Amino acid sequence: MSDTRRAAPLGIVIGALGAVRSAVLPAIAIAFSGVGGGGGFLVALGVGVAAVAIGVAISYIGWRRLTYTISEADIRVESGILSRAARSVPFERIQDVSLEAKLLPRLLGLVAVKFETGAGGADDLALAYLTAAEGERLRQLVRERREDEAELAAAASADPAAPAPARAADDAGEVLFALAPGRLLTFGLFEFSLAVFAVLGGALQYLDNVTGIDVWNVDPWYRWLKQQGSTVATLSPYAQALGAVAGLAGLLVVGSVTGVVRTALRDWGFTLTRSARGFRRQRGLLTRTDVVMPAHRVQGLVIGTGMVRYRFGWHSLSFVSLAQDEKEQSHVVAPFATMTEIAPIVAASGFRLPGDTTQWQRASTRHRNDLAARDAAIFVAATIVAAIVAPPGLFLIPLGLAVLAVGANLYAWEFRRHAIDDAQIYASQGFLSPRQEIATRLKLHSVEIAQGPVARFRGYATVHLGLAGGSFAMRGVPLAEALRLRAQVLETITATDYSRLDAPPHSPPVAQALSAAQSGFSENFLAT
Amino acid sequence: MNQPPVPPLPDADDELTRVHPNYAHALRVQTALSSLPVLVAAAVSEVALRKLGLVPPGLVAGVVLLIVIALVIRIPQSRFNARGYQMGSDRLRVVRGLMFRSDTVVPFGRVQHIDVAQGPLERFFGIATLTLHTAGNHNASVSLPGLGEELARAMREDIRAHIRRETL
Repeated sequence: MSDTRRAAPLGIVIGALGAVRSAVLPAIAIAFSGVGGGGGFLVALGVGVAAVAIGVAISYIGWRRLTYTISEADIRVESGILSRAARSVPFERIQDVSLEAKLLPRLLGLVAVKFETGAGGADDLALAYLTAAEGERLRQLVRERREDEAELAAAASADPAAPAPARAADDAGEVLFALAPGRLLTFGLFEFSLAVFAVLGGALQYLDNVTGIDVWNVDPWYRWLKQQGSTVATLSPYAQALGAVAGLAGLLVVGSVTGVVRTALRDWGFTLTRSARGFRRQRGLLTRTDVVMPAHRVQGLVIGTGMVRYRFGWHSLSFVSLAQDEKEQSHVVAPFATMTEIAPIVAASGFRLPGDTTQWQRASTRHRNDLAARDAAIFVAATIVAAIVAPPGLFLIPLGLAVLAVGANLYAWEFRRHAIDDAQIYASQGFLSPRQEIATRLKLHSVEIAQGPVARFRGYATVHLGLAGGSFAMRGVPLAEALRLRAQVLETITATDYSRLDAPPHSPPVAQALSAAQSGFSENFLAT
Repeated sequence: MNQPPVPPLPDADDELTRVHPNYAHALRVQTALSSLPVLVAAAVSEVALRKLGLVPPGLVAGVVLLIVIALVIRIPQSRFNARGYQMGSDRLRVVRGLMFRSDTVVPFGRVQHIDVAQGPLERFFGIATLTLHTAGNHNASVSLPGLGEELARAMREDIRAHIRRETL
């Protein structure tokens, strides 16, 4: 049943275009640098053409030498022009399959297919470029192979809990969350960013290198400023104030526009759908990505927010899993949503949001006091120094900061809390933008109680839980409480072996009943 | 929410098993070796200062030597005392740290693979380091140094047997 295939031939075009792009700048540089005297342009043209020719040739040979084979149990990719590499990944180890279409490949109808195994970053299996249809076919195939295994297992154990998954419904799926353009605009405004100035700085630096205009030389700027300054000085105070306000407004506009544009580029058409076996997320304006995450691979949830957006009730939801999202560690599944919108997603992933019955435990008040004292001590020291050496009155600034630090720590304590129930463990922290983490007790890997010298003296500890693909820590937990937490978590962990962890989250009661009945035989197969 | 009653915890410190006494010796040798550069530096500055004649001869090198000796005698012993482990039927607890205490429990059901490693010093002293690897990002590997070589291998077999039993 195995067939060996090649990637899409159009992919050569992308490689060739890349070669052209990287040949253009050196060619221009040669043309203007005066190498080869009067024939500089000819030399440049020659070098450019040669670079492009080599690039195209490499791209073509690379395409010729890249083959992939889909067999019964795994997918195999052989690549390399001089040194050959063959990598095979068993279907059941594939965490998720993502399709990524950058602008250029997208125009040509091509996608890059990535098979995430959780081995981390560069070690995953990637195929660039395939036609969009072929990419979709591969994804279907991987899914079906895994389902076949599950079904086989289900048939073997005559398991009524796993009815043949509705494959037809798999494609459509139910839309869990989508970002409408209006919402996207609001989201973009909250993503206010002045990063554009950093980019400008970089561009100036580049200009500096290319043109020889010395942008970092202070003198011309100083002269310009002085000139402007004297102009400003001639204006009335009213006009000066107006100018300052206009400047600030300008910054605000630039920052907001940057935020909106960046958000739109990344999250345009954001759609999260729930299908029979997983979550599927599509997003992106120019670079379109399409990621599928199996529901049972979700290890934990993170509900984040921002300083300002929190006040307006906006939150984000991410799935923690072994697979990585582009640069982030976790997959964002709802970047900007209200809690009422987040709740169904959480439910679909087999988790529970903390509710009224959740018994929150606060961090130790001693921990709070120690933190406040530590932060205040830093500023008080600065105050003393300022009182001695600085002009009179200036010491009030660090003193005020000390008071602020104490206040902030007292307030932050209100948000630092944790809870544990029969299946999950919750933690939240951060006072300006409270962040909540939820993990399943079962899917934890180790428990550590860590104490620094102060913590030991004062009787509290940090509890670190080993979570695959993320971190989970509770700070300032009273020692007795930490020991109790550890005992409870360990009790759950030790009851189930790692190999039986991946049972689909929507059928745990059945799985448990089965494991009791036939020592978990079928559960093992349900895993993938 | 009805929580099941918490079973009594085997958490009392007196139940911790000490590691092999040779671990303290190995630490001592290690500390001595790593303080060699400091001693050399002290000797060099001693020679340089002697030419200037500013401080009484032997003051710098002597003080440094005394500090190093104190450290070599003192620190490894306390680090040895601070370390302990507890091998349960289904979990391993590792306690370490002098200033910053850490008390980690790894259930055998979550162990991905097990290493027994010996550096040259450890080989000389007949001890070994047992490392348990888990899938969690935090505590991806938990190591327990200073076990007798035989014991480390025996513990590895125990843990492996446990994993095997669970998976079958």
